Order: sequence, then C-alpha cells, then structure tokens
Amino acid sequence: MARPLAIVGGAVPGVLLVERFLRDDLGANPAEKLEHFTGTVALVTLLVCLTITPLRRLTHLNPLIRLRKPIGLWAFAYACMHFSCYLVFDQSLDLHEILHDIVKRPYITVGFSAFLILLSLALTSSTWSITKLGGRRWRGLHALIYLAGGLGVAHYLWSVKRDATVPDALGMILFVLLGLRFWRRPNVAQRQTNLSGS
Amino acid sequence: MLIRRPPDLSTRDITDESLYLNRRAWLAAAGMVVSALPTSRLWAKTLSLGAPQDDKPTSYKDLTTYNNFYEFGTSKEQPAQNAGTLKTSPWTISVEGEVKKPAKYDFADLLKGLPTVGRTYRHRCVEGWSMVIPWNGIQLKDLVAKLEPTSNAKFIEFTTLMDEKQMPGQRSGVLPWPYVEGLRLDEAMHPLALIATGIYDKPLLNQNGAPLRLVTPWKYGFKGGKSIVRIRFLRTQPATTWNIQAPDEYGFYANVNPAVDHPRWSQARERRIGSLLKQATLPFNGYADQVASLYTGMDLRKNF
Ligand code: HEM
Repeated sequence: MARPLAIVGGAVPGVLLVERFLRDDLGANPAEKLEHFTGTVALVTLLVCLTITPLRRLTHLNPLIRLRKPIGLWAFAYACMHFSCYLVFDQSLDLHEILHDIVKRPYITVGFSAFLILLSLALTSSTWSITKLGGRRWRGLHALIYLAGGLGVAHYLWSVKRDATVPDALGMILFVLLGLRFWRRPNVAQRQTNLSGS
Repeated sequence: MLIRRPPDLSTRDITDESLYLNRRAWLAAAGMVVSALPTSRLWAKTLSLGAPQDDKPTSYKDLTTYNNFYEFGTSKEQPAQNAGTLKTSPWTISVEGEVKKPAKYDFADLLKGLPTVGRTYRHRCVEGWSMVIPWNGIQLKDLVAKLEPTSNAKFIEFTTLMDEKQMPGQRSGVLPWPYVEGLRLDEAMHPLALIATGIYDKPLLNQNGAPLRLVTPWKYGFKGGKSIVRIRFLRTQPATTWNIQAPDEYGFYANVNPAVDHPRWSQARERRIGSLLKQATLPFNGYADQVASLYTGMDLRKNF
C-alpha cells in the first residue's frame, strides 16, 4: 500500500509545479523558480530516502524498506529535471559553456558530482544489479548516497548569496541521519557479541 | 529490407466504444489547453526564448513583486509582502559630513526646486537577472549641487533606515545593518546617476525603496541604496555593506562587467525578467559610452 503511494506521490510536487507554470503562476522569474524548486525537491527527497532505514529500525516495520527504491529514484528524477532546467534555461544547451561551467565553478562541479552519484545509483537500482554486483559491493556503492547528500548540501550552500538558513537546516538533518547510521552500528555489534557470549 | 506487415487486426485490437469516447474527451481537453496557451504570457515567453530581449520596460507587476530588499526578507517575494510596515511620511533625511551646512531635511524640502526627470534604465542584478525600469526622480548631481559639499568631499555615502519595527528583516543577522552604499563624488555627479522617487509615474512602492533610493544603471543593483535616511559627504571611501560582508565577491565599484565573473558564478550573461533564457551582459550594462571615461587608467579586474 505504501509503495504505490510512494511511486505516485513522488510525482505530486512536479505535477503541481508544471500546473503552476502553465498558469503562469511562478512569479516574475519562472525559470529560476523551476530550477530552485526541482533542486530543493531533489535534495529533500534524498534526505527522506535516508530516513527510511532509521525509521525501520525504530518501528521494526520491515516493509518500509520497499519504499527506499521508489523514493531514491524520485530524488534522481528531480535531479534530472533540475539539471535540465540548468541546461536549457541557464545555458541554452550550449555544450561548450556547460563543460566550461562544470569544470570551472566549484558549486556546479559539486552539484554535477552529486548528480553522477545519483545516476550510478539509479542505474544499479534493480534487483538484477544487486545479484550481479553482489550484496556487499552493491551496499558499498549505495552508501555513496550519503556523499551525494553531502555534496548536494555543499552545492546549495555555495549557491546562495547570503541567507543560508535552509541549506544549513538540511545539512543538520543529513548530519543527524548519518549519525544515526553509525550510532546504531556498535549496538548491533554488541548484540552479536552478547549473543555469542551467552 | 523487408518490412514485416502486421497480421490482420483481431477484434481485440478494435477500440471499444467507451474507450473511444473517452479518448475524444481527452483530445478535446488537450485542444482546450493548447488553444488557451496563446492567450497566456507564457506563450509569448516561449516564443521569445532565445532572442536577445529588446529594452521593453518590465511589467509594473514584476517590478513590484520581484525585489531584493533584505530589510523585508531574503526571498524575492518577501519585500512586496512585508514592506507594508514601512512608514514613509514624514521622512527625514540627515545630510552630514563635508558639506557647508549639515542639516536635517524633510523629504519634500530636500527635493524642492530640483528638476524632475523620467529615465528608462536597464537594471542588472549581481545575481544574473535584469529588468528595464522607467524611473522618475531627480539627477543626483542636482541634489549634490544643492547640498554644497566642501572641496574636501571625495565620496558620498547613502544610509538606509534602521528600524527593526518597520523593517522586520533587520532582526536577522544576514547583513550588518543599516545598509550603507556609496559612490565616488565624480560618479555621483554623472548625469546618469539618479535619485529615484517613482516608477511608471507612480510614487515608489515601499518594496522598491520608497520614498527615495539611489539608481546607478551602469552598476550592479546592490549599489542602489533604498529608503535613504542619511547622506554623508566624506574624504575617504566609505565602508559599504556587501563589500564589508564579502570583499572578494562584491567590490566598492561594482560596475557591470561581463568579463569579470563573480567568484562563484559567471557574469557573462543575464536573464531579462519576462524571458526564460539568458542573453549577453554588456560592459557597464550598455552605458560604456557614457561612463567608461570615469574609470580610465583603472584596472577594472582589481577594482571590480
Ligand atoms: C547536474 C548538475 C547540477 C547542476 C549543473 C546544478 C545547477 C544548479 C544551479 C545553476 C542552481 C541555482 C543557483 C542560483 O540560482 O544561485 C542550483 C541550485 C540548487 N541545486 Fe543544483 N545543480 C546540479 C545538481 C544538483 C543536485 C544533484 C542536487 C540535489 C541533490 C541539487 C540541488 C540544488 C539545490 C537544493 C539548489 C538550491 C535551490 C534554491 O536556492 O532554492 N543540484 N543548482
């Protein structure tokens, strides 16, 4: 039940955005709105994806894990829309300018790196990839989502002129999520030693 | 090569009537959407996608709803939403420093007797967007002449109102308040430099810097101090807000220059409000013929 909801629900921000665009309701600078909105939704969706595992541990609701893939893919989908906004609205598809920008501007380099990570995770999101890569390698690769999140936050921080309230907040959330991940590890290890000891 | 022909249609492939009707409804809806498009501004925007924009004035709505005025919030929409708390009358401007007669002036008295002008200028924000604004106001040089600076005066400084109650954005520490901007005196005496009091023949709205603001069209928009309460003539270059905040990113001069990038982003192009794509930015925002001589001999990369 939750999975179809995640699959369909991920489209909602995008549909609302397009609907507002068609009504010409995105203010004086719609290109900027489209770019900022899709970028923000990509990053927030990525963070939502990272809450699944801690949430599952907390609630012991194992089926939650099935939400990870659709939510992760939505994060990638919004990153694609965001990148497309940049390619079309900012660069008018001028390939030379685009390459120059990616190499020269740190915040673009960082955003692009995050995008490449999301791309490789999306490409290896199938069950087939898991068997092909082996669980261990696959998990190692997909742990890069934390790096993508970090790069996403850095990219956001770097792009704002002055007011860093939102990227700061998202960075804190990412930090906490990363902390939760490590904080749980010793417990698991401890439980295992306890088990073997008894 | 032989193209395989499909087998004859089976009955299953024939669309049943309810679906067919449904599809007609869809087509009708799509038709309505498409025919509605030409009436929207969006359509015009899409058509003008790549073309460099002529200097058609930006709509009054866009000019008054898309603003950078951190005293009322850091988003573009907040100034229009929050600036109602600003009381612009009475309004007193204190004139200080290297002048014959330092004094406090009522807004109306300060401008009394000075010829009003209407000027349509390009406006280029350091963030990479631009507008075309039909200003009303007075030439700054006329005001300077009226205030009679001493021969020691080399710079002029403009200070924005400081009052958390009227300017709620000042409760946040995003910038050191009050907002201060300034010019070299010869820049201030340039005929393009304006003290604006209106847009489209209407008095300035609060979100645009009412009741009076600085306009220097060859410089990035942040040079244009808004809601000015103090004008000071100085011997030395004043410390200006964005320059204090990030000296490597925002210079004192801040002349529009497509060849000198902001450390984090390019300044080569700009998005004209009303368009989706970007167009080339011109040196001195297209006013090079008039103002470039102010800077002869200066390294514009160092003095950005
Ligand atoms: C593919 C490479 C990418 C490019 C070229 C790119 C480009 C941009 C640009 C040009 C901006 C606007 C900056 C401004 O207006 O000042 C921006 C903002 C942003 N981008 Fe990206 N980006 C990329 C990837 C990503 C990814 C993968 C994420 C998320 C994980 C992301 C999240 C954001 C966010 C949150 C913002 C700020 C939005 C706001 O200010 O409201 N970007 N990006």
